[in-house]
Amino acid sequence: MATATATPRRAIESGVPDNKQYLHPKLIKNYGNWKYHDRPRPGVLHHVSHSGDEVWSVRAGTQRQMDVYTIRKLCDIADKFAEGHVRFTIRSNIEFMVSEEKKVAPLIEALNKEGFPVGGTGNSVTMIAHTQGWLHCDIPGTDASGAVKALMDELHEEFIKEEMPNRVHLSTSCCEINCGGQADIAIIIQHTKPPKINHDLVANVCERPAVVARCPVAAIRPALVNGKPSLEVDEKKCICCGACYPPCPPMQINDPEFSKFAIWVGGKNSNARGKPTFMKMVASGLPNNPPRWPEVSEIVKKILYTYKADARPWERLSDWVERIGWPRFFEKTGLPFTKYLIDDWRGSRSNLNASAHIRF
Amino acid sequence: MAKKMHSTPMLDELETGPWPSFVTGLKRLAKDNDMMVDLLGQLETSYKTKKGYWKGGTVSVFGYGGGIIPRFTELKDGEGKPQFPDAAEFHTLRVMPPPGMHYNTDILRKFCDTWERHASGLIAFHGQSGDIMFQGVRSDKVQDAFDEINELGFDLGGAGPAVRTSMSCVGAARCEQSCYDEAAAHRTVLNNFTDDIHRPSLPYKFKFKFSGCPNDCMNSIQRSDMAIIGTWRDNIRTDEALARKYFAKHGVNDLVNDVVSRCPTKAIQLVDASKIPAGPTISSVKVSDDKAICIENRDCVRCMHCINVMTGALAPGKDKGATILVGGKRTLKIGDLMGTVVVPFMKLETDEDREQLVDLGKRIVDFFAENALEHERVGETIERIGLVNFLEGVGLDIDPNMVSQPRMNPYVRTDGWDEEVAKIKAKKQAA
Repeated sequence: MATATATPRRAIESGVPDNKQYLHPKLIKNYGNWKYHDRPRPGVLHHVSHSGDEVWSVRAGTQRQMDVYTIRKLCDIADKFAEGHVRFTIRSNIEFMVSEEKKVAPLIEALNKEGFPVGGTGNSVTMIAHTQGWLHCDIPGTDASGAVKALMDELHEEFIKEEMPNRVHLSTSCCEINCGGQADIAIIIQHTKPPKINHDLVANVCERPAVVARCPVAAIRPALVNGKPSLEVDEKKCICCGACYPPCPPMQINDPEFSKFAIWVGGKNSNARGKPTFMKMVASGLPNNPPRWPEVSEIVKKILYTYKADARPWERLSDWVERIGWPRFFEKTGLPFTKYLIDDWRGSRSNLNASAHIRF
Repeated sequence: MAKKMHSTPMLDELETGPWPSFVTGLKRLAKDNDMMVDLLGQLETSYKTKKGYWKGGTVSVFGYGGGIIPRFTELKDGEGKPQFPDAAEFHTLRVMPPPGMHYNTDILRKFCDTWERHASGLIAFHGQSGDIMFQGVRSDKVQDAFDEINELGFDLGGAGPAVRTSMSCVGAARCEQSCYDEAAAHRTVLNNFTDDIHRPSLPYKFKFKFSGCPNDCMNSIQRSDMAIIGTWRDNIRTDEALARKYFAKHGVNDLVNDVVSRCPTKAIQLVDASKIPAGPTISSVKVSDDKAICIENRDCVRCMHCINVMTGALAPGKDKGATILVGGKRTLKIGDLMGTVVVPFMKLETDEDREQLVDLGKRIVDFFAENALEHERVGETIERIGLVNFLEGVGLDIDPNMVSQPRMNPYVRTDGWDEEVAKIKAKKQAA
């Protein structure tokens, strides 16, 4: 038994573990020697090696925040119907590798029976990259897992089928830091009012010069409020980004009513066809309405299904808009193009149309 | 049996529908875990009030300064006592995943056993930085839980102003587009930075990401300070059997509309099989007895599109390596930045090659540590001081692959021009 005075165990600073110990034997054998892959059905990747070896990977959606019972259930399925080796994708899908085609159908059946949707491959809508939200973040404007669950319930059919023009990546983020990342369609909190400052706490909690330095528009300055050292915000300058809130929690930016949702489109990480692109804001002012955020789902679906109906094969959302132009994007989706969507941040003039290129 | 559940009418609504429900999972844990009973109580409160109730703090394990995300409840009654006392501390251990996020069921079951014994039983695969997030542990259990996970061969990831946990794609283990051994590069680089991972002392975070090809499945250009992206220098490889298979299934319309016309630099042409141009930089393959496609590889920018559509029929070349970009990040503070090319190509085949990559990473992190302002990402440093000063600082030569186009304004003092030209000439002669 360790006692209170015993020296604590010193960590083994082992860093990143070797993945070879976890790889499926076929993956080890054919490491670096794969020739091509195809997709026999949605949710299944079939890889063929130069050696002639084949491996089938079955991809299923998860809730990401998993209880040990769910993880053990997935392990039971992996042991009984697959070969005990799994991996996770960057979007929290789980993949089961099997060495025989005949194992694919029973594996899919077992996954579906336990409530795990099989899909997320190729030109589907895959699982939403998301953040922590109210469950664990210290600065969240909203929840993450719940918003994702609500939206994936509605997009379930698009996950299990491959009927989109190209792959669709979605993300959600609970503040403007955007931990969810760039996506074809992204849902991000957009604050609309300056922070509410608890002047009693600022002096004790915040390193004031650091907070002043954090503001992108120099709207924060030191001030004496009620005789106490605090900070004040020039509300005319404030862009309500929330950058001051993490280093200074008494500058509360989250507001149940005035922290809204914005929708962004056209982010693309891949270099395929065009260079990677950042996403653009196309809607804002949507209410933070748990537990299912219906107003957000409605707009995401409107954009998604307009894209599905109108884009050509292999066009990502950004490729589609590049072809049809932004005026038609707003016309087809029915979203209002407001003055807030015209960029005025640094470098913004490169986002303006400096040409006579206009589609009529 | 745990204590009585709180009423959670809003969360209950997230138990219906076809997608797996995290709420059902939380409730299952709460059946025999008081912490999870109270966690549900606090989360339901957030759903009602639309407010978050966690604050950070300082929690770590012996010998480390980071890797734990401390969470203490702020939801307290009039006397300052937590409304949900069993979830008053709900910390997360960030644990670095193996490259490619590969596991077997044995290690996953061991994770479950440990986390059930010491903590909440809630694990996320994975967080946005790539960590396995072991969520929900009290301060007094952090060390025990970490010790067990550490004994299983896993280590804490980064948090705060540190080198952060990295991610690499499925890569050579199961992808035909892989252009280097992502897992080897990932481990070699990160495991040379364990001190900077575990003891945060940089101006701000620094992230490496490893993608095996320009499809960039790890989102490295936009999400990492240093992106290592696989590419190749020689000709695209072809396979006639698979090219004919594609054409037989898709026909000429798809070939033209989906492949030829989507090439961003118009490097691909459809030609008669009897008139295929030849040359050292041309790849060509018959798709039928009459038709072939040919690619001028000098015009190809390695975007991956044609290879993605005709996988196997077209494939990356054999002279493989990586392109290195530096400076990607999201909005705060100056706006979104993508990485910028700082090394157009480097080989990544041998241990020596990987040591070169480690050396470059160290030079960049050292430069960042010494020159960045507090809370400034390296992309912002480059924006502030200019790419040339950055390159000189880390000892890299300039290259026209680093720009979209040359300067478009005259606001630069050029009285060193002749000297620079002489240097470039001397270098060329020496090479």
